[in-house]
Amino acid sequence: MIVRSHERVLVQGITGRQATYWTARMQEYGTRIVAGVSPTKAGITHCGVPVFGSVREAAEHEPPDVSVLFVPPSSVKPAGLDAVAAGVPKLVILTEHVPVRDAMHLIAAANEAGTEVVGPNTAGLVTPGETSVGFMPAFDPSIFHAGQIGVVSRSGSLGTLACLNIVRAGLGQSAFIGIGGDPALGTRTRRALEVLERDRRTEAVVLIGEIGGDMEEEAAGYLPEMSKPVVAFVAGRASPPDRRMGHAGAIFLGDRGSYASKRQALEEAGALVLDTPSQIGSVLTEVAG
Amino acid sequence: MNIPEHAAKALLEEAGVPVPAGIVADSPEGAAQAAARLGPVMVKAHVAVGGRGKSGGVKPARSPTEAHAITGELLGKRFGRHRVGEVLIEERVTVATELYAAVLNHPAGPARRVVLSARGGVDIEETARTHPEMVETLDIDPRRELSRRAARGFVARTGVDTAGPAVADALVRMDRLHRDIDAELLEVNPLAVTDAGDVLALDCKLVVDGAAAARRPSLAAAAAPEPLTELERAARDLGLQFVELGGEVGVLANGAGLTMTTMDVIVHLGGRPANFMEIGGDAYTKARPALELVLAQRGLRALVVNFCGAFARTDVMVDGLTAAWTELQPDIPAFFTIDGTGAEAARRMLKERLGLDPYPTMDGAISAAVRVAGGGGPA
Repeated sequence: MIVRSHERVLVQGITGRQATYWTARMQEYGTRIVAGVSPTKAGITHCGVPVFGSVREAAEHEPPDVSVLFVPPSSVKPAGLDAVAAGVPKLVILTEHVPVRDAMHLIAAANEAGTEVVGPNTAGLVTPGETSVGFMPAFDPSIFHAGQIGVVSRSGSLGTLACLNIVRAGLGQSAFIGIGGDPALGTRTRRALEVLERDRRTEAVVLIGEIGGDMEEEAAGYLPEMSKPVVAFVAGRASPPDRRMGHAGAIFLGDRGSYASKRQALEEAGALVLDTPSQIGSVLTEVAG
Repeated sequence: MNIPEHAAKALLEEAGVPVPAGIVADSPEGAAQAAARLGPVMVKAHVAVGGRGKSGGVKPARSPTEAHAITGELLGKRFGRHRVGEVLIEERVTVATELYAAVLNHPAGPARRVVLSARGGVDIEETARTHPEMVETLDIDPRRELSRRAARGFVARTGVDTAGPAVADALVRMDRLHRDIDAELLEVNPLAVTDAGDVLALDCKLVVDGAAAARRPSLAAAAAPEPLTELERAARDLGLQFVELGGEVGVLANGAGLTMTTMDVIVHLGGRPANFMEIGGDAYTKARPALELVLAQRGLRALVVNFCGAFARTDVMVDGLTAAWTELQPDIPAFFTIDGTGAEAARRMLKERLGLDPYPTMDGAISAAVRVAGGGGPA
């Protein structure tokens, strides 16, 4: 989940308008884009790299370490399964509005094959000074700067704000891990924390959560095992609670999913939970400065 | 997408899970006619909300006259945010046992989770709290179907003894239906076992994944309309997520996370947000209609524009927004913060076109807006 500068990145759906724009940004940043995939435009060169009809064909040319998906929602499952079958170790799925059934199918297949999935609906991954995979503004020095803070965020915009506050405080990031905003995610908050705990460059972690689901509560269960301090912000305190249909939500989630439940779980596990993202800088200066 | 009970039961029946005969009526007269055809009936408020049974939305009627009277009371009544516009008249069934059966998405698995309890009915949540062992679950690989064999073993494990094979069959069919229609939740409570040993779905809550609307057009058409305000409906038709909240400080931000956070900080600094309006993701080119909708709210005293661009380019958003602003000339103070993708061009555009400078921090902009709106002070 932390992509290094030597890793080879494939772009699925490379010829689309957004993919073209962001592939150029990723290349400018130094990400090693080796090829693209487009089922209808195989054979051309786009953004300076060869375009293949499938991941399998691209992998014969040069096996990628990471594939990033810029494909429409209905193509995510077949495109992702293509990458899994070709043995790509990591998938980053940027697409939003992917049907949950497709996402769960793909994640199950990836788990079985040992492929790591980030997303769907993630803004991507940034290793400052090395790589950017996705559409985070890695190129903006007021937001990303190499340093010691690992950031995990469900939201891209809020993750950007957190990174901005880190740089303003005179600090920088070891890695930004956008896990995505969808209900079914390949990488859940807890898994991202495990990666940052193991990462040698990371000295403290900023966790940006949101109301809904139980990923923050699940992640809180891991905090006591961590040696690094965790500073958290959970968005949605002022949002009206989700209206639940049926009894299943109450039976399996109970109060989990609410702001109060997430804050309490994180605080009891030793995290510092902030009232506004603007406090991130000063608090980090104290715990990690 | 919440599918109304009658439409959900039609799907269940098609999938081979028996349901009682039912007729939808939108008047007391229609209800009486339906009752005359069906015999003793249950009159149910046809609204897609939970806890309807416990709040008087389901009543037995022995005669068409009773069905007429009960329907007269139920029509127009409110359950949560929903007003009752029609009732479902259903044949009354003699029940021996009430079970709880459901199939739902379990993203952490990832799995489809099949749930069964021998103690179904309106108190299922209480049962789950006090006797969690009474609610059994079976997680299915999302790539596979629940097999008959696994279903029979599962039913045996839950202590459901009467009509075991029929219950197992119903679970297999529910699991298949859930998968076939991109459901999030398919809940039958109660799943009744009759004196004759038959299984019958007496209620059905069906929620279908909104992201699958494009490939399930008939379900999208059948979905119960969300109770929206006029502005919220206009926003939805434009593909914008907009919720009116009644406060004085309008919010325009990109991304659900940043929008919620803007609301949180408004409250933290002593103000009240007027709305949720998200123009992130694919909607970032829609700054102009978004601004018009936010400004159309009554009681607005200040506007916070908080852009932190990742995928959403702030220059594109500010371009649309400033053009609309110049044309509309709204008489309301606006407080901006702009960072991230395209920020430099966006700040320049804001200065050239509206003569405004963004605040260097989000909290700075919000606290100024809250002050102007008449709230504020230390949180």
